[in-house]
Amino acid sequence: MADRSFSVARLPGFTTTAMIVFLALYLPILTLVFYSFNAGNSVAVWQGFSLDWYRRAWANDAVKDATLRSLIIAVFAAIIATTVATMAALGTTRRRAFKGQTFIYVMINQPLMVPEIVTAVALLIFFAQIKVFTGYTGLGYLIAAHSAFCVPFAYLPIRARLEGMDLSLETAAADLYASPWQTFRHVTLPLLLPGIIAGAMLAFVISLDDVVITEFVKSGGQDTLPTYMLGQLRRQLTPEINAISTGLLALTVLLLTAFFLLTRKQDA
Amino acid sequence: MSAAEDAARRTSDRNGWLLSTPALVLLTLAAAGPLLIVVVYSFLSPGEYGNVVWNFNLDGWRGILFSRDVFDDTLVLADAHLTIFWRSVWLSILTTVITFAVGFPTAWFIATRPPRQRTLWLFLITIPFWTNLLIRTFAINEVIRNEGLLNTLLMRTGLIDTPLQIIYTDTAVLIGMTYVYLPLMVLPLFAAIDRFDMRLLEAGYDLYASRWNVLRRIILPIVKPGIIAGSILVFVPSLGAYVTPRILGGGKNMMIGNFIELQFGQGRNWPLGAALSVTLLVIVTVALLVYVRFANKDQGHG
Repeated sequence: MADRSFSVARLPGFTTTAMIVFLALYLPILTLVFYSFNAGNSVAVWQGFSLDWYRRAWANDAVKDATLRSLIIAVFAAIIATTVATMAALGTTRRRAFKGQTFIYVMINQPLMVPEIVTAVALLIFFAQIKVFTGYTGLGYLIAAHSAFCVPFAYLPIRARLEGMDLSLETAAADLYASPWQTFRHVTLPLLLPGIIAGAMLAFVISLDDVVITEFVKSGGQDTLPTYMLGQLRRQLTPEINAISTGLLALTVLLLTAFFLLTRKQDA
Repeated sequence: MSAAEDAARRTSDRNGWLLSTPALVLLTLAAAGPLLIVVVYSFLSPGEYGNVVWNFNLDGWRGILFSRDVFDDTLVLADAHLTIFWRSVWLSILTTVITFAVGFPTAWFIATRPPRQRTLWLFLITIPFWTNLLIRTFAINEVIRNEGLLNTLLMRTGLIDTPLQIIYTDTAVLIGMTYVYLPLMVLPLFAAIDRFDMRLLEAGYDLYASRWNVLRRIILPIVKPGIIAGSILVFVPSLGAYVTPRILGGGKNMMIGNFIELQFGQGRNWPLGAALSVTLLVIVTVALLVYVRFANKDQGHG
């Protein structure tokens, strides 16, 4: 200690607390992953390595259906949310503040502020009426609900990218007689693309993870992977659920790493 | 202002609205609009098999605090409901306080690393943040339940003979919520500390301030906006929590979120469920407004 200079930023006990926090954050998740490779059917007693539970999850039709449904909903929700969020971002940045802009911000960010359970209940009531009215009971309700709550997650990175963009390139294009559409298509859009991809990935992850709203909006036989897992928790636990969780976890980490790399390049 | 400029501005404003319209339509239909229907439903009568009967009725609102006595039909305070509200508010406050107590040192640690390391530590906080809430609750469940990791370890080492009953108690819900919402506290705290000018600490120490005084009189007041933002981000979802209390609290230790769900399921009292939802929404809105006021006031001083 004597050779180390007095550091003003050091506060006693802070580093220790931080280390404990990181351990506490990761230990449960790593345990969950670890026991997904258990040969026995316990989620707490290790009985040797095997990939059995992954094979079982893979062969389970209910899991396969739920996975497919989750992916379909997430892809549609990400595309719809990103499209409307890109347009809204173009509409609300880089122009003079206009009347009603605050209203638009509040509306777009509204899913971040209203408790999920309240939105879930509201959609349950509203969609129940529409179901009676139209007779349609397909995946459209889930896709609409997911698209809506994904909008703010897609909007934020796109808007951040737009605000950091240099206007002079677009002005140059206009000076060279490019039409507004050509300017958008060949100048703005390529520059904006990293933001759009980042927004779409966040929307995809958020949709894939949703439990509460899906649980309330889904019709019978429309389980997504998270609601399927929620249902399974009531029964006897086997490492199969660990295997499914690990798969979902791997997908999330993969997308996030890609997101980080994308947004880092944007800073450079 | 010339007429041409004026026209250009109007076109710009109109385009702003036009481009935002698809997002507004989507959010009105599948998020904000249905909230109004919830308000209407809270004033109707419950149907026999769920849903509502279109009769104006204040019973949904009365039901929040009172229930009808089975014998003489008088209104009595519903103790069970009060317990649920009390539990929700108390556990949310405790979650906020604990996440701050451990989250502040963590955020400080990350913010004081060299830049390269900092990105890595920040990434390590972000991964749990984006990991499915269900998976994280499930992971904590596997640690604390009776046949779980903690009890198995303690029993194998002979420290205890019978498993500790943590699961299906308020403590389990508190542990779970602290675990799942911690990143929401750390991230805004980090953002605030990251902007903090460390030279102020030198100034403090030069003037013979103790570490405690530096923390209390310099650091905490300056990072206050981060503290408020983190507290709101933890308190609001804690108050509306559904998944974590359902899995870790079991059927008995309900919070408002589970109580609302019950009214739309077995309870078959949609108006009460709607009234409870509106109440929760109002509490959250008030918390957010208080936050906006505080945040603006701090900006004014800074």
